[in-house]
Amino acid sequence: MLLGKVVGTVWATRKDPKLEGVKFQIVEEQNPDETATGKYVVAVDSVGAGASETVLVAAGSSARQTEITKNKPVDAVIMAIVDRLDVSKK
Amino acid sequence: MRLAVVKGHVWATQKNEGLKGYKLMLIQPISFTTRQPAGRPLVAVDTVSAGENDTVFYVTSREASLPIDPAFVPVDATIMGVVDEITVNHETTRFH
Repeated sequence: MLLGKVVGTVWATRKDPKLEGVKFQIVEEQNPDETATGKYVVAVDSVGAGASETVLVAAGSSARQTEITKNKPVDAVIMAIVDRLDVSKK
Repeated sequence: MRLAVVKGHVWATQKNEGLKGYKLMLIQPISFTTRQPAGRPLVAVDTVSAGENDTVFYVTSREASLPIDPAFVPVDATIMGVVDEITVNHETTRFH
């Protein structure tokens, strides 16, 4: 899973019918020291993440393994909201 | 399967229901030969009680959810084992 920060929302009216009702968030990928990598991904939100929250994004076919994204054309899903990150100094 | 070193813990209270009780670790992939960092750090589910600075092997993509019961969870990286010893080109490294 990748660490990232929610920086925006994507609204799309015309889309695959299976995607009705899902929320798309723009996630900026982050390094463990919270600096941005400069890469972005649009991910379906399965945990109610809000703007500027640090989240985990699961990608690939694993992204379809939530009740919200099951059997839908989705390749990235926000599946956790990060409370805290402990990184060893070594 | 790839090699990595555990660098830290990730705490997340709000997460997919199926992941309740599972630990999330920050891991840094390393090269099999040089043991130097190779690629970007990522977060993996820990099913083997790995600790910080342990060398581990992990699996990515959909197979990563298989050790979790039930396996219908949005997981794309899981630590599958803690490495005791590696032999590459007749050179053996012990980690414990």
